[in-house]
Amino acid sequence: MSEVKFSKEHEWITLEGDVATIGITKHATEMLGDIVFAELPEKGSNVEKNGTAGVVESTKAASDVYTPVSGEVVDTNQSIVDDPAKINEDPEGSAWFFKLKIKDTSELDTLMNKEEYDKFAKETSS
Amino acid sequence: MEIKKTSLNKLHQSNNAKFVEFAGYEMPIQYSKGIIEEHKFTRSHSGIFDVSHMGQLFIYGYESLTEELEKIFPLDLKNLKQNCSKYSFLMNEDAGIYDDLIITKIEEGYLIILNAACKDKDFEILSNLLGSKFKMNLDNNRSLIAIQGPKSAEILNSVINGIDQLNFMTGNWFDSDNQKLFVTRSGYTGEDGFEISISNDKAEKFVENLIQKGAQLIGLGARDTLRLEAGLCLYGHELDINKTPVEANLRWAISKHRLLNGGFIGSKKIMNQMQDGANQLRVGIKPEGRLIAREKTKIFDDTDTQIGEITSGTFGPSVNGPIAMGYVNKKFSKIDTKILLEVRGKKHPASVCALPFYKKNYVKGVN
Repeated sequence: MSEVKFSKEHEWITLEGDVATIGITKHATEMLGDIVFAELPEKGSNVEKNGTAGVVESTKAASDVYTPVSGEVVDTNQSIVDDPAKINEDPEGSAWFFKLKIKDTSELDTLMNKEEYDKFAKETSS
Repeated sequence: MEIKKTSLNKLHQSNNAKFVEFAGYEMPIQYSKGIIEEHKFTRSHSGIFDVSHMGQLFIYGYESLTEELEKIFPLDLKNLKQNCSKYSFLMNEDAGIYDDLIITKIEEGYLIILNAACKDKDFEILSNLLGSKFKMNLDNNRSLIAIQGPKSAEILNSVINGIDQLNFMTGNWFDSDNQKLFVTRSGYTGEDGFEISISNDKAEKFVENLIQKGAQLIGLGARDTLRLEAGLCLYGHELDINKTPVEANLRWAISKHRLLNGGFIGSKKIMNQMQDGANQLRVGIKPEGRLIAREKTKIFDDTDTQIGEITSGTFGPSVNGPIAMGYVNKKFSKIDTKILLEVRGKKHPASVCALPFYKKNYVKGVN
């Protein structure tokens, strides 16, 4: 599995062959607070880089989830729809959002690595 | 304009509060544990809320003041006993609501608790209505602390002896730490609880003492989920100048005795609406599944006609599901009526339901 990459919209992404797994970062969940609702893209649909691909809602507000790369949705994580609190518990592990079959792996090149993202998250939240 | 701070601001900071601006004040939306845990702690133990941003208006006077206030509020103030509180509204001639409030008859006159965003305008309106006959003081030197939840009576009684003898919706002056506190048994969470009016310089120490006895600070986020589960209105959401108390389903707060003869501001409109019914009514709304329908969500019937709008919507931690309140056309206001909510371009099923979502736990009478 590839190195974890991060987007400015606070998604994380890993790549295995041509299938990417995407979720939201721990930092995002800390900003959102208690998550009580999640909506995922439909399996079989196509999503475009930086387009919306889901929704999360905390007790306070709704936020869009974006996809950092383009591709076809090949799997979604129903367990976070059934129990959205899991997203707060394990955002960068078992609470992934969706998997994409991607065409252009170079779309990952512009994303941040862990160190860059941590710095970005710290700067944008202060 | 510079943001205002309450006397507990430092204490909020040292308890890792996340702040928001609310009605010109820097207020804690939550602390480190988060809204859901704070909500549940209030329901099971005892939560402390800084509501010092709210207005504490003292109006001094006796029988003639009561007479003047009866021309303003739809309350039977002549028969209201000293130290008893009533929920009421300040209205215009069309019964539009300027503010909702709690008024308590005290020895020296009346104490009225006003919403933060409305208090200055309320003061102006009441000053114009009452003229200069009565001394009025919108007291900025006092903080207001609410303590809510099943353990609150025990905790507060260990700090202010005797408060456990108060009945619901009554209040009194108490002595504690060489000063006079005004305590009412009331609140806005659906739990038993108290509101304490205390001078600013004593507030921090007082709250630290309550924390030491086991209560915890709770932010405005949980205050909102608690009041919504309890089916209680929030000004600016369920209530505003374009809504009347009849439309808001608050006719229980209007004195039956006063409805016979009217004579208060807005009484004509209220009496008409009581007779003919209002076109729109506030209802409880339960979305199906886990969908959250926020404020301003449009409500439709099954023919695609808009029949209303959501005024508050969130996830209710104690009912463990989404809850909302809103206004619908009268003919859709019956419990169990199926309605549709438009969220992110799609219509989702929901039904009109009884309020409150969470059953009350008030102490009705100890004496």
